[in-house]
Amino acid sequence: MPEKAPSVQRLAYLRAGKRRTVSIHVLQVSLLIFSLGLWELAARLGWVDAFIVSSPSRVAATFLSLNRSGDLWLHVGTSCLETVVGFLLGTVLGTLIAVALWWSDFVSRILDPYLVVLNALPKTALGPIFIVWIGAGTGSIIAMTLAISIIVTILNMHVGFLSTDENKIRLMRTLGAGRGQILRMLVFPSNYATLFNTLKVNVGLSWVGVIMGEFLVSKAGLGYLIVYGSQVFNMDLVMTTVFILAIAAVVMYQGVLWLEKLLEKRLGVIV
Amino acid sequence: MIIDLQRVALTYQSPDGEVDALENVSFGMEDGEFVSIVGPSGCGKSTLLSLIAGLEKPSGGRILVDGEPVTAPSPKIGFMPQRDQLFEWRNIWSNVTLGLKVRRQNTPEQEAHVRELLERYGLSEFALKRPSQLSGGMRQRCALIRTLATEPRILLLDEPFSALDYQTRLSVSADIYRIIRQEHKTALLVTHDISEAISMSDRVVVLTHRPAAVRAIHDLGTLRALGPMERRDAPEFRTYFNSIWKELDVNA
Repeated sequence: MPEKAPSVQRLAYLRAGKRRTVSIHVLQVSLLIFSLGLWELAARLGWVDAFIVSSPSRVAATFLSLNRSGDLWLHVGTSCLETVVGFLLGTVLGTLIAVALWWSDFVSRILDPYLVVLNALPKTALGPIFIVWIGAGTGSIIAMTLAISIIVTILNMHVGFLSTDENKIRLMRTLGAGRGQILRMLVFPSNYATLFNTLKVNVGLSWVGVIMGEFLVSKAGLGYLIVYGSQVFNMDLVMTTVFILAIAAVVMYQGVLWLEKLLEKRLGVIV
Repeated sequence: MIIDLQRVALTYQSPDGEVDALENVSFGMEDGEFVSIVGPSGCGKSTLLSLIAGLEKPSGGRILVDGEPVTAPSPKIGFMPQRDQLFEWRNIWSNVTLGLKVRRQNTPEQEAHVRELLERYGLSEFALKRPSQLSGGMRQRCALIRTLATEPRILLLDEPFSALDYQTRLSVSADIYRIIRQEHKTALLVTHDISEAISMSDRVVVLTHRPAAVRAIHDLGTLRALGPMERRDAPEFRTYFNSIWKELDVNA
């Protein structure tokens, strides 16, 4: 069958769409260049004190010297490791507890008020307690991260599990499925989106936990660099670290998005 | 009799009080028969299927399937739920073999049987597609094949066509009817659509308002020999329709 030539209206529509996309990208990049340029200019011309607000060129120089001394990767690696461990522990333990709550309505009713209180409590208040109990080190930072992400995970996943279509559960039961099979073959896969939405929230929360933890107690990590930089009034170091942090957080978030896409196609094969 | 309901009653307990869902439901089905249950909405038709399927226990009376009291979901019974309830994360093949996997009967012989069913009903080329890539009618057929895969003798159909638009519904019900007859299954269909009940069944059981009891049982006699589409043109169709309509007492 010969391909029909697109109509004039169609071509105009496609052109307009493309133009819009291009102008959005151009403006995004321009906004970045403009902000950085203004910042640099303001610092050079003495409109602001470069010692206090730093400048893009000073940030770049700091970055290069951190990289040369090899410290950069120590700090980035430490924080990323803590975030990933806290994130995984929070997700896995939170999901397991949510499964237990789904399995037994009785247990869920017993624990309900405790979850409400723990959810409302600002978890950063627990930081000093962890330091006393676990000691000043990575353990406390991970405990902090876990405390921040686990409650949200439990609540989100439990609500998701409970909202599984009753008619599908009924179908599984008539096919002779037990609770374990219903969980594995129906409840988990139908909450795939809930799981990944929780993971996306948890990536952000884990970084909050790690940076808070490192503020309180650490010898290395991006949070440590920020606190150290501000204490010695080295704002170049603080600004540089904030930039690196932003990049690390985005990379991790993109990783979750990538994993979501990757597993989605294989979901039917896995469960 | 393959299904025998003897004075079945069901009362729900809840913190707000007792709800009488079924009061006194008695009827039987012969092997190979197609029976429909119609009743006012909310009268407990679907509940009755849950009882027969062994998902709930009656609070009074007895239910015998193949001479034995129902205690738990049995492989003799296949259930076709409201809407098709195909799992979107599984392809068609793994949807229709769901029951075999759950019962751990996914042997090569059983799988060959399912493959044959897909072949016979024109779905084999869609085996690797996702449910959303199929039309409503084809999805309904897949749902039926999923039910047939475990080789039950009795099919319980719980308003399976309620989500379809009118046109699709007519052709899908005729299609499903043909397959059920061809596979020689006993079928019990719950529906709120009187014409659907008359066009598909051998007998129609009419239930009363809640708490439900059997109001009347119609033997469709000469209509039994006709297919669903021909029945709608037969003169008796209107007669049955009108008497069932009156018995349902919709305005009461």
